[in-house]
Amino acid sequence: MDLTLKIWRQKNKDAKGALKSYDIKGVSPDSSFLEMMDLLNNNLIEKGENPVAFDHDCREGICGSCSMYINGEAHGPDRLVTTCQLHMRKFKDGETIHIEPWRAKAFPVIKDLVVDRSAFDRVMNAGGFVSVNTSGNTQDANATPIAKDAADKAFDAATCIGCGACVATCKNASAMLFVSAKVSQLALLPQGQVEAQRRAIHMVEQMDHEGFGNCSNTGACEVECPKGISLENIARMNREFLSATITSES
Amino acid sequence: MAGGSASASLAEMGYNVKAFCFQDSPRRAHSIAAQGGINAAKNYQNDGDSIYRLFYDTVKGGDYRSREANVYRLAEVSANIIDQCVAQGVPFARDYGGLLDNRSFGGVLVSRTFYAKGQTGQQLLLGAYSAMSRQIGKGKIKMYNRHEMLDVVKVDGKARGIIARNLVTGEIERHSAHAVVICSGGYGNVFYLSTNAMGSNVTAAWKIHKKGAYFANPCYTQIHPTCIPRSGDHQSKLTLMSESLRNDGRIWVPRKIEDVEAIRSGKLKPTQLKEEDRDYYLERRYPAFGNLVPRDVASRAAKERCDEGFGVNKTGEAVYLDFASAFIRYGKEKAMVEGVEDASPEKIRELGEGVIEAKYGNLFQMYEKIINENPYKTPMMIYPAVHYTMGGVWVDYNLMTSIPGCYALGEANFSDHGANRLGASALMQGLADGYFVLPYTIGDQLADDIRTGPISTDLPEFAEAEKLVKEGLNKLVDNKGTHSVDYFHKRLGKVMWDKVGMSRNEKGLKEAILKFKKYAQNFGAMLWFQEA
Ligand SMILES: Cc1cc2nc3c(=O)[nH]c(=O)nc-3n(C[C@H](O)[C@H](O)[C@H](O)COP(=O)(O)OP(=O)(O)OC[C@H]3O[C@@H](n4cnc5c(N)ncnc54)[C@H](O)[C@@H]3O)c2cc1C
Ligand code: SF4
Ligand code: FES
Repeated sequence: MDLTLKIWRQKNKDAKGALKSYDIKGVSPDSSFLEMMDLLNNNLIEKGENPVAFDHDCREGICGSCSMYINGEAHGPDRLVTTCQLHMRKFKDGETIHIEPWRAKAFPVIKDLVVDRSAFDRVMNAGGFVSVNTSGNTQDANATPIAKDAADKAFDAATCIGCGACVATCKNASAMLFVSAKVSQLALLPQGQVEAQRRAIHMVEQMDHEGFGNCSNTGACEVECPKGISLENIARMNREFLSATITSES
Repeated sequence: MAGGSASASLAEMGYNVKAFCFQDSPRRAHSIAAQGGINAAKNYQNDGDSIYRLFYDTVKGGDYRSREANVYRLAEVSANIIDQCVAQGVPFARDYGGLLDNRSFGGVLVSRTFYAKGQTGQQLLLGAYSAMSRQIGKGKIKMYNRHEMLDVVKVDGKARGIIARNLVTGEIERHSAHAVVICSGGYGNVFYLSTNAMGSNVTAAWKIHKKGAYFANPCYTQIHPTCIPRSGDHQSKLTLMSESLRNDGRIWVPRKIEDVEAIRSGKLKPTQLKEEDRDYYLERRYPAFGNLVPRDVASRAAKERCDEGFGVNKTGEAVYLDFASAFIRYGKEKAMVEGVEDASPEKIRELGEGVIEAKYGNLFQMYEKIINENPYKTPMMIYPAVHYTMGGVWVDYNLMTSIPGCYALGEANFSDHGANRLGASALMQGLADGYFVLPYTIGDQLADDIRTGPISTDLPEFAEAEKLVKEGLNKLVDNKGTHSVDYFHKRLGKVMWDKVGMSRNEKGLKEAILKFKKYAQNFGAMLWFQEA
């Protein structure tokens, strides 16, 4: 396949970036989007130009590193995949593809397509855990049975990979889907239920503090989320958060 | 994962920890990609499991080349890992009674593997990450993301810090400590194509080796039997299909070479081939274990069939992993349970597909996205790929390397898996080392340092190490080469795979050395490489 790529190039976090056009030839339809980017970078390096910086690591859709906004969609046109799992067979020969970084106030661009997502880590540090020490002296794992249904729902929420596509997609750059996935996972399990409200309050406070926007229930995040994290989680978190703020006020 | 869990435990115990990773968050370490599960001697299934049996299986699976004392300790703490993870909110799979479910893995006759669909590693890593986040929030761990460790600094023979590069600013930084713990994963990427992440390079382990840490058993690399086959030269990595699939999938190739040709040219579909024309070669050769033979056996058997010309895809490097009989077996069971009477074969298959989807849905989806074929309707194609390295940095019972004060945990060390690792035992080792072993053994070394006080990064040893790192980097940057790093990596990896892969002999190894020398010359200014 032959393609034209329009890629966001930005030297560092303070520089002004711009889209730059590149032609690329001989892309295999069986290659992944990132393998196409590898080919481009190899061509650039052999010509003595600077390769395009982008985040990636596992290349199998699970680490959440890759983060490209392709033709106006986070992780590109396919559903339930990350950019590294997107294959070139989803594009047409001769097509022009726009590639930009995530855009959100809380995710500043560091270079080219790389953004700083450390705000997510700070939200996690504020409460994304069960307060239990790793002494190994906890009770036997089967001491508290957990209904399969609750365990399965907790698992579904726990599959969030922290990629930030939800934030990049949301017109308000809200992180509600990400935060609610963690809050829900832990609230659904007896081990996490005890401090569920406190957790919700602390994580939401940190989220606001980082400059993520408000959730206006548009639902765009759910569509673009590569792991199919459901909006139900936001509803569940709102319940935790509301009941928490009510009890703490009273 | 080993690093995250160790940091969390150490911080809880009162140590001040600095943690480094090259990703933008520790939540992205490659443990995230582990799929199948984690072993523990809980005997929840009442099938005769015990600490001794887990110990025995692990040592036997490793062809008696593991360090037995370390493995025994591993088996002893295995059950605590599961308790710990459940307490942290790791959502393991459960049965309808609300208790934890188990599956069995290759090379083992009991059911002791705990799992979270095909994403066990993700859930365990995120558990460790959350324990770590809690300590980062408290200021007990200082996290350095996007930092690459480039050397260890020794003062008076002891590991006293590291030199790291900030991957955003490019600055070279000095960090001092009373001990250094390396949890940097394996070296599978020397083969270029592997199931490891792109960033899983062996720099950290290699650098401590150059500073005097012994390296043990580098020849022991695990070639995993169930990976998605290679599709072409553009490929940058290979994707694993969890071994747990061998619980339910049957591996075969056509019995007749004519059928192989017809399949390759697209004239025949695998589903059209009659039972008697299929060669379920693992069941034929190993009737007791069948498709659940240990990994090395399954991989060599697949290579043997493909080398004989029975490979079923265009490259001739693929065998089938077929779920047809599992669909029927589970479908019938489900029809009984749900009271569906006189279920038609189609209905049974549909029910069975549902059961398989609940078990392995994400793996089937991943396969379909990569190969563009629906694995519910046609058998999967698989081929062995480099997956795990049993060899690694030599450590003693305390997990200390031969540099005093420098430790190695997880896949980076050599101790627990001998010549072959059994499935679901790396996650167990990583978390055991991190949560329950190192935090207790490290005291043996640190006790002597109780009056040492802070270590200054202005010591001449730090300056010297920094200077060498900078010179090394400049050599790389100023080299007037005409090819990219990938260009060399790809070619060197191919030599490794062809000559130092699944089967090795003297002639091949000698050819490999000659080829490496040739590339080293082409690489010109890159002198490091020739020294090696
Ligand atoms: C696809 C796949 C599936 C697997 N499935 C299973 C399974 O089902 N069950 C099982 O038991 N095992 C499985 N394994 C094996 C197991 O996942 C790994 O062996 C284990 O997770 C390794 O953990 P670790 O903590 O040693 O390394 P990792 O989790 O890889 O962590 C290495 C860390 O070191 C950091 N690092 C490395 N070098 C540097 C450097 N120079 N400077 C700074 N930081 C550095 C990285 O940033 C990373 O955080 C699987 C492996 C793969 C690849
Ligand atoms: S909720 Fe979905 S889109 Fe958002 S970070 Fe998690 S996986 Fe990514
Ligand atoms: S590179 Fe890991 S999810 Fe894409």
